[in-house]
Amino acid sequence: MATPTKLASRFPVRAGAPTRRRLGPTGFRRRMAHHRKRTLTPYLFLLVPVTLLAVFTYIPVANMFWYSVTSWNGISPNKEFVGIDNYVEIFTRPELFGVLRVSLYYIGASVVQIGLALYFATVLSFHVRFRNLFKGIIFFPYLINGVAIGMVFLYFFQPGGTLDSALRVVGLGGLSQQWLGDPDVINYSLAGTSVWRYLGLNFVLFLGAIQSIPAQLYEAAELDGANRWHQFRFLILPGIRPIIGLSFILAISGSLSVFEIPWVMTGGANGSETFVIQTVNMAFRYHKVGLASAMAVVLLVIVLLVTWIQRRVVPDEKVNLS
Amino acid sequence: MNSTAARARRAVRSSGGRRHRPDTVAGWVALTLKYLSLVGATVVVLLPLLVLFVASVKTNEEFVNGGPFDAPSRWWNLDNYVTAFTQGGMLRAFVNTSIILAVSLAGTVIIGSMAAYALDRFEFRLRRTIIALFLLATLVPGVTTQVATFQVVDQLGLFNTRWSAIALFVGTDIISIYIFQQFLRGIPRELDEAAAIEGASHLTIYARVILPLLKPAIATVVIVKGIAIYNEFYIPFLYMPDRELGVISTSLFRFKGPYGAQWEVIAAGVILVIVPTLIVFLLLQRFIYNGFTSGATK
Repeated sequence: MATPTKLASRFPVRAGAPTRRRLGPTGFRRRMAHHRKRTLTPYLFLLVPVTLLAVFTYIPVANMFWYSVTSWNGISPNKEFVGIDNYVEIFTRPELFGVLRVSLYYIGASVVQIGLALYFATVLSFHVRFRNLFKGIIFFPYLINGVAIGMVFLYFFQPGGTLDSALRVVGLGGLSQQWLGDPDVINYSLAGTSVWRYLGLNFVLFLGAIQSIPAQLYEAAELDGANRWHQFRFLILPGIRPIIGLSFILAISGSLSVFEIPWVMTGGANGSETFVIQTVNMAFRYHKVGLASAMAVVLLVIVLLVTWIQRRVVPDEKVNLS
Repeated sequence: MNSTAARARRAVRSSGGRRHRPDTVAGWVALTLKYLSLVGATVVVLLPLLVLFVASVKTNEEFVNGGPFDAPSRWWNLDNYVTAFTQGGMLRAFVNTSIILAVSLAGTVIIGSMAAYALDRFEFRLRRTIIALFLLATLVPGVTTQVATFQVVDQLGLFNTRWSAIALFVGTDIISIYIFQQFLRGIPRELDEAAAIEGASHLTIYARVILPLLKPAIATVVIVKGIAIYNEFYIPFLYMPDRELGVISTSLFRFKGPYGAQWEVIAAGVILVIVPTLIVFLLLQRFIYNGFTSGATK
């Protein structure tokens, strides 16, 4: 029953024509009526989802490109076309494009994060006491509300707060700093908070991938005299390479669009301003929607570029976790 | 057969564990380092949270005069929680979050499963195009387009209403369509074809056959999406500045101003926000792990 319609729509004209002749007029009419009913239904089911997709993703993206070549302030009825002026401004005013430098701290932190996640996932995929407890503890921060995390770490880094007190307890009180007050330190503190928050996701993804490696392989490896390092290097690492690649791409695009943690904790003060914070301020505080849109376009293009490069470097491999 | 394989696997794992019980000094050092690293991670995760919990049961005087590790005089002092709930508007915030959560989840499940049903069970001309459009949209990071999305939401008259958040949560969710589609692929077509032969319309097949079979996928979507909505800050912050519409993220964020000098009240607010998450996590652990592994890779 499904076969003729499937064929017909897959080869709408070329394959349809000869069959039509062979079937004769009645067969053709019956099949066409059926076909039409079949083809209208999916569109009805997709009407709402596709409308939403258009209204909340594609129209904004299209508008964003249009706003980016105007000097619109977000309120005035007329949008004056200014060509590429906004883009020129982004690349010539160092304080605009320069904030992307802040992303480097977060990219560095993601490398640390993926490394730690890999370590803990490997350790916990073998026999460990209280395995589920450790697994839960390492994963749980990922589930916590971002504003709550911001508050927790605002207190953690406060002068005389959790970190300073902990350092004093272990006799390292001399290391105390203005964790959030010193522009040289602040981005390390915020990127560290980000690692605390997101490590759990990478960890659970890696753990799932490691556990989907067939147990017989470990057995065979052990018979061959492989130690834990060999198992990690030649069995686990190649086995979960696709998911590591995916994690890196998510980490980089995440690092480029950091917003929540610095916004909640510092509001972008002391040199912690990120590109997205700046875009939001530009649009909603200074009412430069044109310039802000151009900045958003630049970020979008960079993120798409990174994704594309990653696809080229790590060819599409099937990520299989279940 | 299956359970034998599972048993064999378990045997391999545990014998691996036993076999690696160290018999050399280096082995003991490695074992110690392994547990030290796990305990270290535990301390790093739990210490910041525990300190805030302790702060939340302190009086203002205790908080100002003592250090973060000093114990409070009464562990059951709930005054700060009362302040957070009533004056801080956390009660209203939980109500708003619950409303948005319920409507958005219902919408996401219905719309996502309808889209998945159409894309998986029908062959039609624009099928590939529509799939490509959904795929392409996942590459656009939401934070970048808000500048322009704001104008759309504003023009639809949704600004400063709960519908703004609901519309965006439902309308920009593509991951759930994939989760549903993946799951549908595993449901044999014979089931809906049998129903069709008995004269059921496509809508009946969707509602009576497909939707009930999708239950496990619905659970995954509800968990993953529910946690994301509960934690979302950016969208309510941008689209619902009205205090009356504060959700838990934005209400907690507003604690920073008036309670800037009363960290014990902020701490109570933070704990109030974390406790529901902790309860859900403890109850649904297995579903949550599975949900995030399937949600993040599709």
